[in-house]
Amino acid sequence: MAFEYAPAPESRGNVDIAPSYGLFIDGEFTEAADGKVFKTVSPSTEEVLSEVAQAGSEDVDRAVKAARRAFEKWSALPGSERAKYLFRIARIIQERSRELAVLETLDNGKPIKETRDADLPLVAAHFFYYAGWADKLDHAGFGPSPRPLGVAGQVIPWNFPLLMLAWKIAPALATGNTVVLKPAETTPLSALFFADICRQAGLPKGVVNILPGYGDTGAAIVAHPDVNKVAFTGSTAVGKEIARTVAGTRKKLTLELGGKGANIVFDDAPVDQAVEGIVTGIFFNQGQVCCAGSRLLVQESIHDELLESLKRRLSTLRLGDPLDKNTDIGAINSAEQLARITALTEQGEAEGAERWSPACELPSSGYWFAPTLFTNVTQAHTVARDEIFGPVLSVLTFRTPEEAVAKANNTPYGLSAGIWTEKGSRILAVANKLRAGVVWSNTFNKFDPTSPFGGYKESGFGREGGRHGLEAYLDV
Amino acid sequence: MPITASHALADVTASDSTLRRFLHGLPGVDAVGLEARAASLGTRSIKTTAKAYAIDLAISMVDLTTLEGADTPGKVRALGAKAVRPDPTDRTTPATAAVCVYPDMVAVAKEAVAGSDVKVASVATAFPAGRAALGVKLADVRDAVAAGADEVDMVIDRGAFLAGNYMKVYDEIVAVKEACGTSSRLKVIFETGELATYDNIRRASWLGMLAGADFIKTSTGKVAVNATPANTLLMLEAVRDFRAQTGVQVGVKPAGGIRTTKDAIKFLVLVNETVGEDWLDNHWFRFGASSLLNDLLMQRQKLATGRYSGPDYVTVD
Amino acid sequence: MSDRLSVFKTYKLYVGGKFPRSESGRVYEVTAKTSAADAAGQGKWLANAPLSSRKDARDAVVAARKAFGAWSGATAYNRGQVLYRVAEMLEGRRGQFVHEVADAEGLSKSKAAAQVDAAIDRWVWYAGWTDKIAQVVGGGNPVAGPFFNLSSPEPTGVVAVLAPQESSFLGLVSVIAPVIATGNTAVVVASEKFPLPALSLGEVLATSDVPGGVVNVLSGRTAEIAAPLAAHQDVNAIDLAGADDVLAKELEIAAADNLKRILRPQPVDNADWSATPGTERLTAFLETKTVWHPTGSLGASGSSY
Repeated sequence: MAFEYAPAPESRGNVDIAPSYGLFIDGEFTEAADGKVFKTVSPSTEEVLSEVAQAGSEDVDRAVKAARRAFEKWSALPGSERAKYLFRIARIIQERSRELAVLETLDNGKPIKETRDADLPLVAAHFFYYAGWADKLDHAGFGPSPRPLGVAGQVIPWNFPLLMLAWKIAPALATGNTVVLKPAETTPLSALFFADICRQAGLPKGVVNILPGYGDTGAAIVAHPDVNKVAFTGSTAVGKEIARTVAGTRKKLTLELGGKGANIVFDDAPVDQAVEGIVTGIFFNQGQVCCAGSRLLVQESIHDELLESLKRRLSTLRLGDPLDKNTDIGAINSAEQLARITALTEQGEAEGAERWSPACELPSSGYWFAPTLFTNVTQAHTVARDEIFGPVLSVLTFRTPEEAVAKANNTPYGLSAGIWTEKGSRILAVANKLRAGVVWSNTFNKFDPTSPFGGYKESGFGREGGRHGLEAYLDV
Repeated sequence: MPITASHALADVTASDSTLRRFLHGLPGVDAVGLEARAASLGTRSIKTTAKAYAIDLAISMVDLTTLEGADTPGKVRALGAKAVRPDPTDRTTPATAAVCVYPDMVAVAKEAVAGSDVKVASVATAFPAGRAALGVKLADVRDAVAAGADEVDMVIDRGAFLAGNYMKVYDEIVAVKEACGTSSRLKVIFETGELATYDNIRRASWLGMLAGADFIKTSTGKVAVNATPANTLLMLEAVRDFRAQTGVQVGVKPAGGIRTTKDAIKFLVLVNETVGEDWLDNHWFRFGASSLLNDLLMQRQKLATGRYSGPDYVTVD
Repeated sequence: MSDRLSVFKTYKLYVGGKFPRSESGRVYEVTAKTSAADAAGQGKWLANAPLSSRKDARDAVVAARKAFGAWSGATAYNRGQVLYRVAEMLEGRRGQFVHEVADAEGLSKSKAAAQVDAAIDRWVWYAGWTDKIAQVVGGGNPVAGPFFNLSSPEPTGVVAVLAPQESSFLGLVSVIAPVIATGNTAVVVASEKFPLPALSLGEVLATSDVPGGVVNVLSGRTAEIAAPLAAHQDVNAIDLAGADDVLAKELEIAAADNLKRILRPQPVDNADWSATPGTERLTAFLETKTVWHPTGSLGASGSSY
């Protein structure tokens, strides 16, 4: 008899989602000027969760003005006071973390295990970390009394909705900026709950403004003449468009964009941990992670045994109801994303790469994609070059460390990479040669508020996290 | 049962140097990654029917153990009775896998479990330190086997292992296995807390399996750190890989420190997701424990009745 | 004064450690700046400078890319020694540069000398930074877990540098030295009107220990050379110091195609370069790499559940 895990769903009753939400401008929830709304659905069931106001350019202008008004007082507050607001926010997030985890899982489709154990703890930690900086900026290495920039326009993606919000808002507020933030159109809810947290924390009105909407809302924020700082996390194509938009202005820009991370496994790797790292690297959050280890570069001499181990491990992944505490793989965030993953994997097959997935039953409603491996992949395959942003791993081989590095770097991206070997000097040598902003050796997909994160090359510029993350929001 | 050093790996044990090269050539273990994997499996939420299944399975895997200087025939008889019928109020409760005693108590234990499927396991080889001449250890084993022990739990010579004298450890296990004959299964205890590193635990696991262990077992329960999810996960990986290479299946027995149902279920999840259902059977997986059984029984009662049980509703021994 | 006929100098580009003429085969007239004449565009003829083409720009990028591996891989101490050597070489040719700067910028001998001295001192200043900047901007991060976590700066790669238009030497040095101090390689577009000190600097670099290709100097029309550089997919960053607002915007848009790092024209670019700079020009062309590694415990005995 097999050991079948009974369903262990987290209770939906932990969160109370209203039938509709407004924009959050100047401390108030308000309708869009043109009255537009859009629906947000649960990707695992396609159930409509709520109807959300959609910000237009008039709303953007109103929000920027509110942020500008708030900036004067907010930036003049003693850092120690700003710090206390951020500490309050951090604490409220901790208190409400179960509610927020369930909400995030419902709106995003990712497993509750991840929102509970990764997203939410990191969100709170990020606010804690930057709270402490607010009154210590003189000591951050940017000269005495570094000044904030003003109004920060921030556009964030749907893959880690609340965590990306934290990465943007925490350093912006700590340094004395005010914020107009647009959450992604498929995951607006946690940002709107965050607006409520700002109210609970007594944050002065206008310091944080949340404008749900689509790409045009984001474009309006980026282009608004009274925005001093633009921070964007999302696709490289949109990042380039933003860079063109802010050209010739004095707006400071940081971009955190796509990636095609190489996870390099040498023949002397700690194999069982490497297999876990490969799985974490590409199947964490259904692979919808910009720093995913989407290219496995395995030394040819251990290719077969590693693949066997990997396939065996993938067969134990549990795909299904994201609210079930035992679910490892949740839903793909949207029909559009699913279509993109599907198209790219079909192209991979058409180009001759060998496709494999474990036996895996997909739910009948919602957006689902089985964990997928491509073997016999070369650098020339589309699945080895394009960011798929889904649970799809391309497996390539190499013979020597030089070849591994050459292949790893052979991409316009440069966000992340992994190295697996028991030889310390090889780790250091390879890490040194990799053109990537984050290198995980004998681990993967680890994040921490103290640790700077960001890309080389077309993965963007600027760093989020750590002391480095302050620079994006200071006039230095 | 035949001696299981397989043909695939026969030349590995040809000499001290080949053995050393083989053991040192095993993939390294990253401690942080291993512990993180064990911890993440520990977050599985096992509820309702799955929990009922897991509790009964865990009860059936317990090697109910008493290894005290103060052990008496009376104590061992009581232990045997409890092993055969863990919950006198509920006859559907499965029996434990075995009772585990010192060699001089084997005969008493055999009598106590007579007529049931419960096995008698005996520690031997100068348990727990293992610091005795080979002849003494073998006499200890023969004693236990002669008294009817179905299973022998030997300790390896950690001193020899740590000194790099792998062949000595190997030879001893082979000799003990031989002394067990065909009727007694051999469990090889590494005392993982004394081997100290995960790399050593992996090497010891392979060494034990190469020498013919039927089971590999974490610890004696007599040192500070005994079974942990991480060292058990590592040993499960070893038996999985050993079977893949040789076709020979070896059992795993974490022992010491597993006291609650919650802990036990975590270990079963490790088994389930590392080696799968082939090992989800008391022929291949055991818990070396004494107080665990009562917690399992209380949880079992709680599932049956819906209310929390108390220590007065399970037998002290 | 002797009545000896002087020998004119043929100014050439400096690319990949060599001194080619422009691929275009064309030159343009460089004239001295005198306040009255300048207004009329009628300064004294000084020399003909190569009029670099798109292909010269491309060749310079190839040279800079080729040099990047070894230069970025050199020890910081070694780069510091090399930069210091540049200062030493400059000191020896101080007179020549004073002369060129005086002619170019229409300065008195003493004011030109002050510019050259400051430029030499700037090389020394940046030479000292090579093995310190990593300690200032990098460091360990106290992550909440059993991991060693270290952030270190690394050079961005090939940097196109549009030298300041007015400060032909001090401004020039102030934008080149920080780029190469950290291990980048540079394609420098000299001041359009005053390119001669930049072309002469190439000669100094060639006789210092700076490997060929680390600095490449082009002269000509800034806008013409800068456009292909800004669009070049193998250029990683661009310093717009020498671009006016219109050109800077155009180049920034072109540079977005491969997300080059941009250093926009700063207020200082057309003003006074004499103040000791901060670290901004160093950090503008650095990437932060963060490496994680498990630390673990000494043994297997520390785990718990």
